[in-house]
Amino acid sequence: MSSLSRTDVEHLARLARLAVTDEELDLFAGQLDVVLTAVARVGEAPVADVPPTSHVVPLTNVFRPDEVTPSLPRDAVLAGAPAAEDDRFRVPRILQEEA
Amino acid sequence: MSTDRLLDFDEVATRYEPVIGLETHVELGTASKMFCGCSTTFGAEPNTQTCPVCLGLPGSLPVANEAAVAATIKIGLALGSEIASWCRFARKNYFYPDIPKGFQTSQYDEPLCVGGHLDVVVDGETHRVEIERVHLEEDTGKNLHVGGSTGRIHGADHSLVDYNRAGIPLVEIVTKPVPGAGLKAPEVARAYVTELREIVQALGVSDVRMEQGSLRCDVNISLNPVRAAEWGTRTETKNVNSLRSVERAVRYEMRRQAVVLDEGGRIVQETRHFHEDTGSTSSGRSKEEATDYRYFPEPDLVPIAADAAWIEELRAGLPELPAARRERLQQEWGISGTEMQWLANAGALGLVEQTVAAGATPGDARKWWLGDLARRANEAGSELAELAVTPAQVAELAGLVEAGTINDKLARQVLDSVLAGRGGPADVVAAQGLAVLGESDELVAAVEAAIAGAPDIVAKVQSGKVQALGALVGAVMKTTRGTADAATVKRMLEERVLSS
Ligand SMILES: [Zn+2]
Repeated sequence: MSSLSRTDVEHLARLARLAVTDEELDLFAGQLDVVLTAVARVGEAPVADVPPTSHVVPLTNVFRPDEVTPSLPRDAVLAGAPAAEDDRFRVPRILQEEA
Repeated sequence: MSTDRLLDFDEVATRYEPVIGLETHVELGTASKMFCGCSTTFGAEPNTQTCPVCLGLPGSLPVANEAAVAATIKIGLALGSEIASWCRFARKNYFYPDIPKGFQTSQYDEPLCVGGHLDVVVDGETHRVEIERVHLEEDTGKNLHVGGSTGRIHGADHSLVDYNRAGIPLVEIVTKPVPGAGLKAPEVARAYVTELREIVQALGVSDVRMEQGSLRCDVNISLNPVRAAEWGTRTETKNVNSLRSVERAVRYEMRRQAVVLDEGGRIVQETRHFHEDTGSTSSGRSKEEATDYRYFPEPDLVPIAADAAWIEELRAGLPELPAARRERLQQEWGISGTEMQWLANAGALGLVEQTVAAGATPGDARKWWLGDLARRANEAGSELAELAVTPAQVAELAGLVEAGTINDKLARQVLDSVLAGRGGPADVVAAQGLAVLGESDELVAAVEAAIAGAPDIVAKVQSGKVQALGALVGAVMKTTRGTADAATVKRMLEERVLSS
């Protein structure tokens, strides 16, 4: 596993829309590298004869009744949006769609 | 807006055979969303029905709505599908602002219901539409494109998104390709969606209102030369949102594709958009760079394992389905299978049934809905059910004719007023003084005046020229400004002229 560079973390932070300081970049690069190395060990497990598993708990049919519960107040909902207009989320123009 | 050249429809079928396929989305009428408790009420203020789950905020966990799963199984049972004993949800990953989570929770290779069929009858001929699958997913948010001259995305500066609809349970019903419909393909497509809508309505799991988007259709169409071994390349026309449009979209694509093929061109596999105003389609995204949705099993939702007891309980609770109901009503009303099919295909069955329930005879109810009302709906480009008249009002109108208060001609005038929102039939008759005259003093006076005023005609009639009576009927109708019933007038004249 190649180690994670400071530039990689900066790029990821931008994709995730996270504001990260210079000190944090150094900190996270080191931490994420440890995480990646740990996760990479999964690849060493002998799984040739293990069927793919999507759920680790042997549960089925977990349902909720069809009942309405309160939604979030709109102000709270839109507070998390980078931009809002007319009570809606404002997003950049979408390319390559309907002419 | 379209510059496509089109082949004459009848000519298409002399050289090509169409294969159609339909993907129908039904928004379920549950009170709450698919994976959270947000309300599904239509028309609420933007972004007032959202929560961390349907907005896809970190740390939120979805839980499936049991009523939505049950509704999907009911749809499957009604279509004769096999219900999966074990299936999972899957993430369909794509980036588009109508999906706040970055993926749509859907089903991929393990749909809840598999197979089944729906028989539709067009012009007395049964076409079997095989069902591929019925699966459960969630609806997306609504984009509003801002800027640009047409309100369309083209030229828009930015988009505004309302997530109230995101997460409402959505059932997708996919047919297998339907070959062999030939020239009838547009009508078969329409009849299929009509029948499907009736089934879903009968099940009570959705209000299936196409104008509100709770039933939406994508239509696949390809053409191949007559007797060719392989089917042609298909196009997928998206969001065809009325029954009439389903028929028009198939017809348009058949005519457009035929010209391309006639000229030795090839059909591009693509998504096309249907335009309600012109009835045409236009090119959208090309599917040739196939989108990779990177489907994978949804880890946050456990599998659904519908056991036999639950399935049988749901099966036992199914209502009478439209095909069975039609057969029963056909018996009760004493009409032919073809007449029944006209009613069903015109979307008039429920309306006629309600009109009969409101007191009209089956014959009168059929006459009004398939006659004057069908013509008016057609002229307005709308569905029968959208006309501004209720079955109870139609029954009231028929009752007024039956009682001799108005004749057919006046009834049509009354209907115009009802449709124009001027009140119910009886109110209109009273307000406008449209009632035909029974043997009122006024009518007796008019009849006697006509006799007294034309002794020569009376003499003719009495000498055996009975058809001369017509002139007297005409005179009475003129004096009463058409409010008299011609048959009554004729009888009153005969009584007075011939028996004296
Ligand atoms: Zn929600």
